[in-house]
Amino acid sequence: MSTKFGRLVSLVCKRGFSISTSVQKGASEQGVKSLNLCSAINQALQIALDSDPRSYVFGEDVSFGGVFRCTAGLADQFGKKRVFNTPLCEQGIVGFGIGLAAMGNRAIAEIQFADYIFPAFDQIVNEAAKFRYRSGNQFNCGGLTIRTPYGAVGHGGHYHSQSPEAFFCHVPGIKVVIPRSPRQAKGLLLSCIRDPNPIVFFEPKWLYRLAVEEVPEDDYMLPLSEAEVIREGSDITLVGWGAQLSIMKEACLDAEKEGISCELIDLKTLIPWDKETVEASVNKTGRLLVSHEAPITGGFGAEVSASIVERCFSRLEAPVARVCGLDTPFPLVFEPFYMPTKNKILDAIKSTVKY
Amino acid sequence: MASWLLARSRVFFSTHQPKNLPFLSPPFLNHTSSSSSVPSRKISPTLFCFSRHESTKADAQLELEHDVAEDDTNQAIDFPGGKVGFTSEMRFISESAQKRVPCYRVLDDNGELVKYSNYVQVSKEMGVKMYSDMVTLQTMDSIFYEVQRQGRISFYLTQMGEEAVNIASAAALAPDDIVLPQYREPGVLLWRGFTLQQFVHQCFGNTHDFGKGRQMPIHYGSNKHNYFTVSSPIATQLPQAVGAAYSLKMDGKSACAVTFCGDGGTSEGDFHAAMNFAAVMEAPVVFICRNNGWAISTPVEEQFRSDGIVVKGKAYGIWGIRVDGNDALAVYSAVHTAREIAIREKRPVLIEALTYRVGHHSTSDDSTKYRAIDEIEYWKMTRNPVSRFKRWVERNGWWSDKDELELRSSIRKQLMHAIQVAEKAQKPPLEDLFSDVYDILPSNLQEQEKLLRKTIEKHPKDYPSDVPL
Repeated sequence: MSTKFGRLVSLVCKRGFSISTSVQKGASEQGVKSLNLCSAINQALQIALDSDPRSYVFGEDVSFGGVFRCTAGLADQFGKKRVFNTPLCEQGIVGFGIGLAAMGNRAIAEIQFADYIFPAFDQIVNEAAKFRYRSGNQFNCGGLTIRTPYGAVGHGGHYHSQSPEAFFCHVPGIKVVIPRSPRQAKGLLLSCIRDPNPIVFFEPKWLYRLAVEEVPEDDYMLPLSEAEVIREGSDITLVGWGAQLSIMKEACLDAEKEGISCELIDLKTLIPWDKETVEASVNKTGRLLVSHEAPITGGFGAEVSASIVERCFSRLEAPVARVCGLDTPFPLVFEPFYMPTKNKILDAIKSTVKY
Repeated sequence: MASWLLARSRVFFSTHQPKNLPFLSPPFLNHTSSSSSVPSRKISPTLFCFSRHESTKADAQLELEHDVAEDDTNQAIDFPGGKVGFTSEMRFISESAQKRVPCYRVLDDNGELVKYSNYVQVSKEMGVKMYSDMVTLQTMDSIFYEVQRQGRISFYLTQMGEEAVNIASAAALAPDDIVLPQYREPGVLLWRGFTLQQFVHQCFGNTHDFGKGRQMPIHYGSNKHNYFTVSSPIATQLPQAVGAAYSLKMDGKSACAVTFCGDGGTSEGDFHAAMNFAAVMEAPVVFICRNNGWAISTPVEEQFRSDGIVVKGKAYGIWGIRVDGNDALAVYSAVHTAREIAIREKRPVLIEALTYRVGHHSTSDDSTKYRAIDEIEYWKMTRNPVSRFKRWVERNGWWSDKDELELRSSIRKQLMHAIQVAEKAQKPPLEDLFSDVYDILPSNLQEQEKLLRKTIEKHPKDYPSDVPL
């Protein structure tokens, strides 16, 4: 129970999440509002639709505002021709989006839950990702952004909880981006929408309401493929993304009480990822821990781990630690056991530092 | 246009009463009118009972037409999507009508105009270009096939038997209609002005290939010609065509998206996704299904149990027509009209072209292992779309034996020359291995390119010498 309690504390503590250190370009101090992640996404979509008349938002139940309310009000403001429902068919949504994007539009598609993205896997992997390459750059669908909520929520079971990011990280030609907070979500989503490459944007749905942060109201973008050191430390580097960072931050705070100084890095973009920032940090700390909710085997943590071992082998003072989901389907009743919780991370921090 | 469409309009059908279509008057739509006044209980239940239903205990009846009698009273379910009448009869709707949907044709097998046929007129210039391009496609296929057999290109796939669908559909479109092909439609690209040399360059994967040598032969594409690059996965282009069509509609363009697939492709989820999306989005897209009887070795009986493909449109609320795919004039007329409907009505149209894959699936296939040679010969000789159209252009006095000889020899010469040029051309440079994965080269690819170049320096014999470094 204590592990679950730990998670709840970190999320209920709304203001505690703001660990963004970067000052966004164009953010004016006057126009800053306290927003949750869902509203930040909504604001990004509103700006995207407003700033480019050839941008479209569509997906299942998007028109009335979406099952998570991320698209609330957009159909009223921009009309049902630009913000619209689609039939319940993920491969259709992505295929349609590719065609729309290939004609020079910004196609912002929503897959209602990342758990349901698999019918669209072929369209993403074989079509979107290869569209530019296979045509010799004659055609591209770079205007395509696929938004999809991912991750645990405490009661989602098999099909409302998964973190399928690793599947997409094996696909040259797409980018995979995951924000950790409202301010990050808005700036990264706008970057994704305007990036000339197809992108899968995973939204940490547990944070839709729980993460609240000061978010600049104006139009700003945060760079892709740039990781961010969100907490500096000297004993061990922790790498994560999305909702897991809040758990990792809790572990960092507890470790600090025991005299361990942790550096925490938000990868933000999983492919193509910023190895240099992680490498520099590990060269400083000599230790690495990677954590994600997805099953450990074949997870993206394995890629981070292998790459850093390649680059920092002689500097490493302990094996790279991975604290991840179990290799089981995502369970309902057993969710607290499955999750890479704060104390699992804390234990791994301690054993890695003591190694 | 309306007048010629009128007489044949019953082969277009719709699940709804058409909007703004004065030329589609009710008598031609009685086939789909659900409020038939003939009480269907007059039909003998046993007459239309299929054997597999005979043992069911319930007094269920199988309706062959969709005219289950409604109760006389005005009672109806006010259901989302529209009112539905009640009936006290338990009748199941049959899987297909008593008669198969007829196939629209203009020319018979001898290239003679069928009496009372309705078609879109083709000028002499158009007719001659259509025939010339069909011959060019035929010649290109036979030469490329041989070139592959000689081992000079790795793969090829012919259009033999489907020249009419290829060329006549292209002829009926406007140049700014966006084409999302499957892979057996290079005739569309040929029609639009992609040169023989450009086809050859692609098949040789040299530095002049627009695709930079990245895909197998026959994966053509040309932005200039509004012809999206071919990809091998089946039917993936169909939902994309709906997105492209939606864009054309939103941009107020007087153009449509046109996409092709085969009979096998209609089994893919993407086919159904595309049909449904197109209907719901009211997208100006024309789906052309080349039903050529065979998906590699799988015959249509093992592919689906519907009356072909045209009937599938009806379930999605899409108009459709079945056309003789080996009749260039019929294909031309159907596509021409479908295009107009799609653009004017902002709605999709499905065309099923009945044709036949006379060639093997590809150079990796030997179709005599799974189908009768007699069948192939019948379609090659009796139902040959090129010779059928030739008879028509000849009868019009537009074409002579001399023209034929000159054209065939000229195309042959051009192709032989193009092949020599393509063979001598360099392969694409190594940097093309890495470019275009993204708009710019990310750091991981920069790193990998550096590493690969070092390895090549160390082990030059491991790598082909004709790729410029």
